[in-house]
Amino acid sequence: MKKHRMTHIRQTITALALLLSAALCGCGSDKGVNGQVIVYNWGEYIDPETLRMFEEETGIEVIYDEFETNESMYPKVESGAVAYDIACPSDYMISRMIQNGMLSEINYDHIPNAKKNIGAQYYEQSRGFDPENKYAIPYCWGTVGILYNKTMVEEPITRWAQLWDEKYADNILMQDSVRDAFMVAEKLNGDSMNTLDTNELEAAKNLLIEQKPLVQAYVVDQVRDKMIGGEAAIGVIYSGEAIYTQKENPDLVYMIPEEGTNVWIDSWVILKNAPNKENAEKFIDFMCREDIALMNFEYITYSTPNVAARELIEDEDIKNSEIAFPDLSQYDNLETYVYLGEDGDYLYNELWKEVKAY
Amino acid sequence: MKTIAKRIYIALIILFLYAPIGILMVLSFNESKTRAKWGGFTFKWYIALFQNEEILRALFNTLLIAFTSSLIATVIGTVACIAMTGMKRRAKSILMGITNIPMLNADIVTGISLMLLYISLGIKFGMGTILLSHITFNIPYVILSVMPRMKQLNVSTYEAALDLGSSPLHAFFRVVFPDLLPGILSGFLMAFTMSLDDFIITHFTKGVGVDTLSTKIYTEIKKGIKPEMYALSSLIFVTVLTLLILINLSPADQKKSEA
Repeated sequence: MKKHRMTHIRQTITALALLLSAALCGCGSDKGVNGQVIVYNWGEYIDPETLRMFEEETGIEVIYDEFETNESMYPKVESGAVAYDIACPSDYMISRMIQNGMLSEINYDHIPNAKKNIGAQYYEQSRGFDPENKYAIPYCWGTVGILYNKTMVEEPITRWAQLWDEKYADNILMQDSVRDAFMVAEKLNGDSMNTLDTNELEAAKNLLIEQKPLVQAYVVDQVRDKMIGGEAAIGVIYSGEAIYTQKENPDLVYMIPEEGTNVWIDSWVILKNAPNKENAEKFIDFMCREDIALMNFEYITYSTPNVAARELIEDEDIKNSEIAFPDLSQYDNLETYVYLGEDGDYLYNELWKEVKAY
Repeated sequence: MKTIAKRIYIALIILFLYAPIGILMVLSFNESKTRAKWGGFTFKWYIALFQNEEILRALFNTLLIAFTSSLIATVIGTVACIAMTGMKRRAKSILMGITNIPMLNADIVTGISLMLLYISLGIKFGMGTILLSHITFNIPYVILSVMPRMKQLNVSTYEAALDLGSSPLHAFFRVVFPDLLPGILSGFLMAFTMSLDDFIITHFTKGVGVDTLSTKIYTEIKKGIKPEMYALSSLIFVTVLTLLILINLSPADQKKSEA
């Protein structure tokens, strides 16, 4: 009996091997006629069709790699295990890379679409982390705000302070990330979200500890599903998820709190030791073209800084949506995260630990 | 009363083991993209899965790496076991200790050290580095499952074969190898599943644009995992289940026909 079982396993394995070797033959790689460009971007952060179109139009092969957080991207680029040409980090990570001399200056003459199509206000906003707009070209942006279920609250939510309302005990979802959690408390106190002042930080920490009994959960991407399912009344969320969650559950409302909030910008940067700088410029230029930016906006659904692409959106509701395209000039208390240095990071992490362990 | 308690206990165990997989399979037929809402029954994620080149390529990479790395590790591991039986006691236990360390070592340490090693040797990251790393961490598992069979082996049968005029190689393949086979096969399967499962080591040693299923799923965190992945996971589960049932069923059929 044992022997039969063995022959059986053996047959199965042989079959598997044959299958694999057959599949292997059908898979060859063809190198681009005009070289390659190596891109490091967030997962699910581009319409794959646009990559194919770029390869067809330019004959440059795109080698595409994905990361999941700014923090996991940084050491991979720094270690030099792979020489990437382009990456797409967020604001504060870009300032860290600038400080450490990892980025190469952008030559706007080679990227005409970047100046032509990207709105001036987004370059203005980028100055927070890239003071002279020398390194980063905005790709996606958004705000952090409150998503609430209008059937579960008594009055409209308009301020961060309402996250401290005991009425909503056990119905509040906070972001489980240091900067986003402290940003809420700091803005509520009227302080900067990039503060390193110990008194201000202490005040923010105490505020967060005070709020803790009211919070149902500290989560990251689960805010989306929990809010759609009506498991909580109020949640802190990124604006990019708002349109999607509203489509799934029409009772949800997204708003930017009166006290101000974080504007985040993910931007294209060219790395200092990029082996294919010219192709990298062509790639970024292509991504800034209005029709391509539109395709990506429709795929990702995060706000695009590409004004020309926004003009092409056919759905009037989305084109004029306050959520996707809030008028930044309306607010005077919006900020962008800046890299705080190693000591600053350490300080924030220590305080966050105190909050979580309280 | 006692039997009822027993049944409830068993039911609970099965529930905890399989409820997550059950939920995943249900969600793979959910029309709505979110887990929070049932949007109706659909096969669209299965159709989308087979049109999604990236996922299919990741699946292919995963299987290719798992199969090749476990095959090579099995050969190396088995040869190592044979060599170890000829060693003195002291040398043998030292060698066994050395092979056991990587198994107890945290994956993240193995991953980072391999990455540093490849960088310092100037090896280009890609499919090859993943394969090398997987072979490395697979070998101990093969040795661990072949070694006990080796100890049970009766040396006299091999010597008898030699006495009867067989060449050493021939004697090995006709006498020793069949006895080792169950151990070798279970070592192979163990290495295969270990390689299939691995995320951390692959994450550190993979090159640009090369993704296995585990690293692919991880990059989807920011935007939420796509339901196509649920569909794929369900298919993998069903495939493994049918394979297991087939392997377990046929000997029983054989026995029936013999009786």
